[in-house]
Amino acid sequence: MEALKQELKERIIEVLNLEDITPADIQDTEALFGDGLGLDSIDALELIVLLDKEYGIKLADPKQGKEIFQSVETMAQFIAENRTKL
Amino acid sequence: MYAINKFINIQKDAIFENGICLFKNEEDGFSAFMKRVYKERGINYPKFYKMDDLCKLAFIAAELLLGDEEEKDIALLLSNREASLDTDLKHQQTIQDAAAYFPSPAVFVYTLPNITIGEISIRHALKSESAFFIAERFPAERMQQYAQYLLKTKKAVKVLCGWVHFLNGEYRADFYLVETHGNIAHTIENINEITK
Amino acid sequence: MEVYIHDTHIISPLGFGTSENFEAVVSGRTALAPVFINNSIGSVYAASINDTVFDRYFEDLDATFKGSRIEKLMIAALKPVISKNKIKENTVLVLSTTKGNIKALEKNNLESALITELALHINNYFGFKTEPIVVSNACVSGVMALSVAKRFIETGGFSDAYVVAADELTPFVISGFQSFQAMSGEPCRPYDMNRSGVNLGEAAAAAYVSPEKRPDAVLMAGEAHINDANHISGPSRTGEGLLLSIEKAFKEAAISADEIDYISAHGTATLFNDEMEAIAFHRAGVQQAPLNSFKGYFGHTLGASGLLETILAAESLKNNTLVASLGYESPGTTQPLNIIAKPEKTPLKTVLKTASGFGGSNSALVLIKN
Repeated sequence: MEALKQELKERIIEVLNLEDITPADIQDTEALFGDGLGLDSIDALELIVLLDKEYGIKLADPKQGKEIFQSVETMAQFIAENRTKL
Repeated sequence: MYAINKFINIQKDAIFENGICLFKNEEDGFSAFMKRVYKERGINYPKFYKMDDLCKLAFIAAELLLGDEEEKDIALLLSNREASLDTDLKHQQTIQDAAAYFPSPAVFVYTLPNITIGEISIRHALKSESAFFIAERFPAERMQQYAQYLLKTKKAVKVLCGWVHFLNGEYRADFYLVETHGNIAHTIENINEITK
Repeated sequence: MEVYIHDTHIISPLGFGTSENFEAVVSGRTALAPVFINNSIGSVYAASINDTVFDRYFEDLDATFKGSRIEKLMIAALKPVISKNKIKENTVLVLSTTKGNIKALEKNNLESALITELALHINNYFGFKTEPIVVSNACVSGVMALSVAKRFIETGGFSDAYVVAADELTPFVISGFQSFQAMSGEPCRPYDMNRSGVNLGEAAAAAYVSPEKRPDAVLMAGEAHINDANHISGPSRTGEGLLLSIEKAFKEAAISADEIDYISAHGTATLFNDEMEAIAFHRAGVQQAPLNSFKGYFGHTLGASGLLETILAAESLKNNTLVASLGYESPGTTQPLNIIAKPEKTPLKTVLKTASGFGGSNSALVLIKN
């Protein structure tokens, strides 16, 4: 799980073009949206693509995203339970 | 009657303000060059890093041109030859192969040339007239007429006109601001000089 | 100086001709149907022009022309309009498209994908003596092109103009809208409580614009294009840019909100667009005016939509006939709108046409019957 969270942080930084931020700067339970990292609606959509591309998870309903993307912790949990790519 | 006081030219090896060199670029590729300008100007705008190259170029050109401008009713008239082709190619890559089909919203949103205008509007809070034109080369005469129309009818207080080109690593931007009074007369000859 | 819209032509899945298309929408016919796109995308609800039918139609116009499909669509839209009027020394072609011949990228053909190439071919085909003006400004392009024509004629830059607009249904755009989760899995429902996104479509439209005051002319009395300055893909929640566009268009047309007899709105059927429009129309004081979206008939035709829909709004004006807003059943916006439920004959004089697009763009155009 730790390795997955680390990998997630790296991928989030890369895919969302978060300049000047390192994985160490992202807390596991820190809010990704809202105040946290200040991500917006396009970022949320991009994370849906990330789930599919890197972990083979296709969300049935994009609205599920709100809960899944609360934090790195919740994302990692969801991926561990639903991934179809290793 | 109308005039230009300030213009910015961005080229591969240097950035000029009113013909005077602001930044020289010897070894940096586009991204590194723009990032350096961004940092040296002390800009704090994280969304910059999400922009595609065409928008980064337009953003920096507008930043340098509008620096301490207070007027908010500034019309934005931008133009180029290739629209958003540079990013279009990137989007096409994400959908070309059925086996690796992953269209990206962060890329797709930039597959329209007028997003350059959107980014500048947001950054400078300009709720103003705008248009993006496509042409073989900078349409000096038409830009002049259109800018004059906007000023004369009071549909804008100032007009930012520009050519913003980015394709396959090759780039240039020529932005100028048209106002009611100034040093350089708003003539086609002068516009051609600025954008040559 | 007053500038009017005269002859027009439409090429769409509902038919080839302005009256054909107007009759189709009055009778409630939709072009939306499941369309198979490719193996990656599968089928989506969309409005596509039947190639067999169009090819036959085009062959009658020109049996030898060998250009891209979008060029044929534009030529087909322009031809009858140009044959009814002429091309003078100082006539200009104003062309609107969001992606032009983007299909060419599937074969990695960059040159063919350039919008400048498309414009050059159309310009040369008809023998225009001036260089074309090309507007590529997201989904407001069609309305913007009309107002650009009007503005240049007013300044004396050109004597008159032909405005042409087109966009095709392409995997390029569909895939993008899908990545935005913006597409509906059923026929779209603008302003409806259960709306779930857009359907895309394709069309070409053309109009002749000049200062001549003909009996059937429709006056472009006022227009404005104000940016939200809020977000590059989502509209302003307060409808700021659209509101300002409407107010400025009214000011130029010297009319007040209560003079608007009908609104041809943008209505893409996304949660955010329709809600934003409702707020803007309320703030502008036009919420009582009968309103429709044409997207339920044609889908969202992108760069063509602004011109296609303005032409049909003008037809409503000329025929004193309101067209129903297809796909609507129950109110789905926080601010209520007066959505046209069924076609109705009623005197119409002044119409407001609006459009909004990516990049925070908005357009408003006031049309007044002669």
